Amino acid sequence: MTLAASILAGDRLSLARLLTQVENDSPEGRAALTDLFPHTGRAHLVGVTGAPGTGKSSLVNQLALHYRKQADQRVAVVAVDPSSPFTGGAVLGDRVRMRDLSGDPNVFIRSMASRGSLGGLAQATAGMVQVFDAAGFDVILIETVGAGQSEVDIARLAHTTLVVEAPGLGDDIQAIKAGILEIADILVINKADRPGVENTERALKSTLELAHPAQRVFRHHGQYMSVAVDLPIDKQMWIPPIQKTVSTEGRGIPELVEAIARHAEHLRSSGDWAARERARLEVELEMLIQEALVARFSASVPPQKIQQTVERMAKRDLSPWEAANFLMNGASE
Amino acid sequence: MSEKKIRVLVAKPGLDGHDRGAKVVARALRDAGMEVIYTGLRQTPEMIAEAALQEDVDVVGLSILSGAHMALAPRILDLLKANGQTHVKVFLGGIIPDEDLPRLKEMGVTGVYGPGANTEDIINDIRGALAEKA
Ligand code: B12
Ligand SMILES: Nc1nc2c(ncn2[C@@H]2O[C@H](COP(=O)(O)OP(=O)(O)O)[C@@H](O)[C@H]2O)c(=O)[nH]1
Ligand SMILES: [Mg+2]
Repeated sequence: MTLAASILAGDRLSLARLLTQVENDSPEGRAALTDLFPHTGRAHLVGVTGAPGTGKSSLVNQLALHYRKQADQRVAVVAVDPSSPFTGGAVLGDRVRMRDLSGDPNVFIRSMASRGSLGGLAQATAGMVQVFDAAGFDVILIETVGAGQSEVDIARLAHTTLVVEAPGLGDDIQAIKAGILEIADILVINKADRPGVENTERALKSTLELAHPAQRVFRHHGQYMSVAVDLPIDKQMWIPPIQKTVSTEGRGIPELVEAIARHAEHLRSSGDWAARERARLEVELEMLIQEALVARFSASVPPQKIQQTVERMAKRDLSPWEAANFLMNGASE
Repeated sequence: MSEKKIRVLVAKPGLDGHDRGAKVVARALRDAGMEVIYTGLRQTPEMIAEAALQEDVDVVGLSILSGAHMALAPRILDLLKANGQTHVKVFLGGIIPDEDLPRLKEMGVTGVYGPGANTEDIINDIRGALAEKA
């Protein structure tokens, strides 16, 4: 049986192994993703992002518990933590907060190190999510540390993105402003048992009032893609609600789950679900084509030819434009 | 294509709360470029085997200072086997009397380390054990 076939048959060991292959972008991983692709597109992808220590892992734990108990949904978790930029190693500790989920065969948690590469992380995460989707998980929770472009990319991968704040950590209005509304579908104030909740809530509300994007703009590796939806504008509007939670006790979780469901409903009824999906697929296609073109070019142009061309550029014999043209034409010979 | 990283689960089975050693080892392995999944205290053998499977690790590292290693280690080894993870290497650290070493090795524990163990040795032994397999 192929890896893909045993995953469709529900084998967890094969699932775990394929996740590794996909993370390492191996040929086996790519082949299996192709086999599994027709089986994807069913899961609800929920991103959970925010600063370290805001309680994302604890929140994921509670959300998963809720989906299991209240709705008998199968839940997968992808928890991303940063790799050390110096050694490339990582300590992935999100499971510490998710111990309530162990022993349930309908929950699968996978930790992942960011491995430093920007586009690579988003691509690997997208691949891993596809594997879970094909394996029949209904809800896929993706935890990432909120900072930088790769997190924005992962947020875009999700249908619904929760941005988690906590009193005392994100009180600084500037910190809250920094781009979160671009990605937040739901704002969560976790640790609502702690002093300062009102300040955080006030800061979030004023940020919300300042700017609200009426149209989704997808940015990927410096390229902007806006998605126009053929529906009356009022139907497209989604104002991110503010939900308060205490993840250590499970307070506010049913209300948060309800808000997530409302957002999914909004995406479906406004046509945004399909639009996001198409934008994501288009970006993925573009990335793969770029990769393939570069690979084809490198395979057809010998390195000496490039070196000779650089020499001619250095002598001002060729301009960079002429040089690129020269090599591109040589490549298609 | 990125290189294959060594993935290690560091777990504390049983009830003892001595977690300094486990944390020291987890950080040392990270600094050696490995990806360490840390699960925290009070893990049952079932929880450890399940995490090892989901994370598709190459190595399971157990830290036991309670004296319960002769009960916990074989249980975890059995569960790993039952899950089809026969390739996983098991390393053990903590308070382990010398007289238990032969039986632990026999069960299939790859390396055992006590107080004052040099983390460089642990790193080299893990790399060595995985290279052997490849
Ligand atoms: C510090 C300490 C504590 C601290 C723990 C703090 C903490 N958060 O870790 C406190 C004060 C809380 C404590 C409490 C107790 N302790 Co105490 N404690 C110690 C002590 C002095 C040092 C342990 C330590 O942190 N060492 C430093 C670390 C870095 O070393 P390490 O853990 O050995 O790790 C090294 C190696 O073992 C190995 N290693 C460890 N884990 C792993 C994992 C892997 C994968 C690998 C490869 C290697 C590896 O590599 C590490 C680096 O060299 C030891 C005595 C000793 N000398 O070991 C007693 C000791 C472990 N404690 C002991 C006891 C009995 C207790 C108590 C039960 C006392 C009591 N009656 O209340 C309580 C129990 C607490 C509990 N909940 O379990 C006994 C255990 C006896 C036994 N097993 O037969 C010891 C041995 C003291 C003794 N001689 O009696 N303790
Ligand atoms: N008081 C309080 N503490 C919390 C809450 N949620 C999480 N924590 C604690 O905050 C710390 C960080 O939580 P964690 O989930 O690991 O945060 P993450 O880094 O965002 O994933 C842990 O000590 C949690 O127990 C909460 O709602 N209230
Ligand atoms: Mg976390």
